[in-house]
Amino acid sequence: MEILLIVAFGVVATVLLVVIRQTKPELAIVLSLDAGTILLLYFIPRIVEIFGLLQALAGRAGIRMDFLATLLKIMAIAYIAEFGAQISRDMGEGTLANKIELGGKILILLAAIPIIAAILQLVLKLLP
Amino acid sequence: MNVDLIFKIAGVGILVAILHTVLSKAGKEEYGHLVTIAGVAIVFMMVVELLSKLFQTVKTLFNL
Repeated sequence: MEILLIVAFGVVATVLLVVIRQTKPELAIVLSLDAGTILLLYFIPRIVEIFGLLQALAGRAGIRMDFLATLLKIMAIAYIAEFGAQISRDMGEGTLANKIELGGKILILLAAIPIIAAILQLVLKLLP
Repeated sequence: MNVDLIFKIAGVGILVAILHTVLSKAGKEEYGHLVTIAGVAIVFMMVVELLSKLFQTVKTLFNL
């Protein structure tokens, strides 16, 4: 099963990280960055499959397509921001991680503005 | 799921550590630091290439 593959990979990477961190901490960050990247590369196609299904369902339900595109964009931003923040937090740089997450939040808010505007218009239309 | 890059990086790390200790024992501490910097640079080049692949995949798959 796939989960075994992922767990095995994680354990091997963790063991190597502990070994490397003893002697060369600066190499440990590169190794953890690399392990995270490989796992992400393994997951992304799965997420896009899920989104394909979502889009198909949304199409049938008649939801506007550009909302889903924005949702996809927000998901990607959150994904990458969390990846970067976690890497820097692992290495003990908590403040840097918070800054990265702040940047991610701002970008997500920027991406969500059209949807908020559309909702407001809808609400105004409903009012007598 | 190519795991070989992980082992390559770990190998370089261990090699650099051994070289550093050997050089420091032989009295050439500065060369040890140089070897460490070189090791980190080489490994970082490898990872940067993979990172660019990741970002490219995200960009195409999420069609941003």
